[in-house]
Amino acid sequence: MSLSETDIQAIWLTLRLASVTTLLLLLVGTPLAWWLARTRSWLKQPVAAITALPLVLPPTVLGFYLLILLGPNGPVGSLMLDLGLETLPFTFPGLVVASMIYSLPFMVQPLQNAFAAIGDRPLEVAATLRASALDRFVSVVVPLARSGFLTGMVLAFAHTVGEFGVILMIGGNIPGETHVLSVAIYDHVEALDYENAHLLSAGLLVFSFIVILLLNLLNKRTHPEIAR
Amino acid sequence: MRELTVRFTADLGEFSLDVAFQAPGKGVTALFGHSGSGKTTLLRCLAGLERRASGFLQIDNEIWQDDANGIHLPTHRRAVGYVFQEASLFPHLSVRRNLEFGMKRVPARQRQVSFDDAVALAGLSGLLGRGAARLSGGERQRVAIARALLTSPRLLLMDEPLSALDERSKRDIFPCLERLHSELSIPVIYVSHSLREVARLADHMVWMEEGRVRASDSLQRVLTRLDLSVEQGDEAGAILECEIALHDDKYHLTALDGCCGRVWVSRLDMDPGRAVRVHVPARDVSINLEKNSDSSILNIWPTVVENICDISASQVLVRLRCNTSGDGPRLLARITRKSCVKLHLKPEMRVFAQLKSAALID
Repeated sequence: MSLSETDIQAIWLTLRLASVTTLLLLLVGTPLAWWLARTRSWLKQPVAAITALPLVLPPTVLGFYLLILLGPNGPVGSLMLDLGLETLPFTFPGLVVASMIYSLPFMVQPLQNAFAAIGDRPLEVAATLRASALDRFVSVVVPLARSGFLTGMVLAFAHTVGEFGVILMIGGNIPGETHVLSVAIYDHVEALDYENAHLLSAGLLVFSFIVILLLNLLNKRTHPEIAR
Repeated sequence: MRELTVRFTADLGEFSLDVAFQAPGKGVTALFGHSGSGKTTLLRCLAGLERRASGFLQIDNEIWQDDANGIHLPTHRRAVGYVFQEASLFPHLSVRRNLEFGMKRVPARQRQVSFDDAVALAGLSGLLGRGAARLSGGERQRVAIARALLTSPRLLLMDEPLSALDERSKRDIFPCLERLHSELSIPVIYVSHSLREVARLADHMVWMEEGRVRASDSLQRVLTRLDLSVEQGDEAGAILECEIALHDDKYHLTALDGCCGRVWVSRLDMDPGRAVRVHVPARDVSINLEKNSDSSILNIWPTVVENICDISASQVLVRLRCNTSGDGPRLLARITRKSCVKLHLKPEMRVFAQLKSAALID
């Protein structure tokens, strides 16, 4: 029993997609979560609802609208064509964009909760100890929200590894470009190749278990120090 | 002249703040008042933490805030040290790293308090390696005080640093505050609702009520203002600055010399020359027209009646000036209205004050 060339390619593609998505989500999600945790604006609830939408929306619906939006006739797609760029559907960057939207709540919500739990006081203390706003974020917020960052990154990564519906809608099935693990499993099952489907599925099962276990262990180790 | 000039207004919905006062740029200034009088809000204004407030703040000749002229230094650019009511240490850092947090953000040439001095003053040498979460309440507050000092502040703000502590931790921390008072020249603004704490630590007192300043003057003067003292009931009394003069071992007494004369109290275990503060409750001061040498009372001083104020239908409060000539400290005497009439007490009358008791403040 060994992995075929295509399957290995699918595994690498999946890991690359999940890593890139997680890193970009960290960059986008951190300021968004910070704003959601601290703002008193009326926009907070609408923005929070939009952020949470991928939690309840069927992935196929999300993928369908993204396909229309990003396709050559959609507003974003036609704009990209006008700018001389390739359209995103059925490309790796297209998958990244879709995955970021799909996994956004998994990054933002743990971060938002962690930021909100810190409260105003440590920031005020840091300000009276001469720390500027950016300094306060780096030296106080980031370490205190460590478990939030950890949870957000792991969940976003794992969720991206497991996505299927959105990818099928917007990515299709191009080896090396959009042929990710979940799609590969689907292909094996469709071809009644249960042996290889088992191999990949069991791998994902073990991967998911290890991720959740590690997360729990790490958070358990972090929390007693944070407790006041 | 080192001085602190403060003017702030803030409209915070149900509560509004409107204060203006000056305080000396040295020693301890107490912001005193009941809860809800705006003490903490004012302290936050001084630190620049209260965004909804506008006003003016000058320390020595440095202006930190002048909203009318568009000046408003953000908190991290003000050289303040702030000790919050609950110690608020960073839980992810050790005691040492907590102490260094502010220190390393101050340029080396501006540091006036050394790490070792602050650690010694707050008695923390045994705790440096510990995690902030593994300290008692009193230890945390001492770390918070040392941490604030290590930023070499121009102004140290303390928001009821003792209120969250039990009696034992308070006794631990008081010497630290007193050393702070006597060893460092950093002016302190100390928020408190406890007259006892204020009487022990403060030099200047700002009395706040419902977001306004009712009195701002030296501690002795504010505490002997009749209109404020009347409301203090049994706590009303004067504070005298004294020095241990000598011990009388035969009768187990100690003599304290102040600017108004000698006070005898029960034997104290302190070396002569040491400065102490003495509280003389109004209820324990009586008035004689003649110097009564037959009295059992040891402490009898010549004074001048300054003012008389009714407390109730039966009692009056009399303010007396020690040092019959010049501007001496004041005493308060609570006597019956009947005695007041019988003695024909009126301002500028020379009388003798008898101090039945005087107690060291601690």
